[in-house]
Amino acid sequence: MTTIDAPRTSTARTRRGMNLEKWGWMYMRASGVVLVVLIFGHLFVNLVAGEGVKQIDFAFVAGKLTDPFWIVWDTLLLWLALIHGANGMRTLVNDYVTKPKVRSALHFALAASTAVLLILGTLVIYTFDPCPAGADPEFVASFCSTL
Amino acid sequence: MPAKVAGAGASSSSAPLTVPAPRPPVIAGTLYRGGEGMWSWVLHRITGVAIYFFLLVHILDTALIRVSPEAYDAVIGAYKTPIMGLGELALVAAILFHALNGLRIILVDFWSVGTRHQRALFWTVLSVWAVLMLAFTPRHLIAVFGG
Repeated sequence: MTTIDAPRTSTARTRRGMNLEKWGWMYMRASGVVLVVLIFGHLFVNLVAGEGVKQIDFAFVAGKLTDPFWIVWDTLLLWLALIHGANGMRTLVNDYVTKPKVRSALHFALAASTAVLLILGTLVIYTFDPCPAGADPEFVASFCSTL
Repeated sequence: MPAKVAGAGASSSSAPLTVPAPRPPVIAGTLYRGGEGMWSWVLHRITGVAIYFFLLVHILDTALIRVSPEAYDAVIGAYKTPIMGLGELALVAAILFHALNGLRIILVDFWSVGTRHQRALFWTVLSVWAVLMLAFTPRHLIAVFGG
């Protein structure tokens, strides 16, 4: 006599380790909520407050990147937004690209460009010099002349 | 054909089991294609891709802040031209939709009655988007085209 397991009693095969796709799904929602705050703040300060888009120049950005508040803000913005965007693009690649080699190539391109831009952006934020030696005073922030 | 569903084979002494009649096979209203849900999904993808490619460019142009004040001001000057000003309007429109619709997705996923109200949530997204755009558009156009 043969005995058959009752249906839907999953005991034998349980995935081991963590479910990366689930954490990717969670990341999109968690980072999304934070990005709404970070990007709305970014857009308001740069495009709505003051003189809008015409106020943005080296001195304006220098004023922000010498303030620890904006350094933290922009670092979070860079990392959360780029990883959110790259993971979203990965979803589209998985949906629309069926050839394995093309898919691998696009996954690699996404990972490589994300890594390069994260390193570049982070270095720019933390090695920024608001008053470069020999810079034309017309371009730099007003506080440079008092140094 | 199994006539009884629940309790079949159990005690036969109880009152006859009444099973509610199956719902009439009405398909209208249950189709996904063409409804609010589809357009929410389509617009989320299109705006997401557009924002991603802008983000790549935006990290690179901001990195010029580390090169020289002249280089940064030259490139950021392009953002103040009329055509790019209209492009920024489209970018902000895409970002606002993606942000609000992303919050709708989170509500559909985590709010106990979110799925039931997904249509109303989509129209709420469009309404809030329209209000924010009505506030942002004149402010930005004045900054770009005004004196």
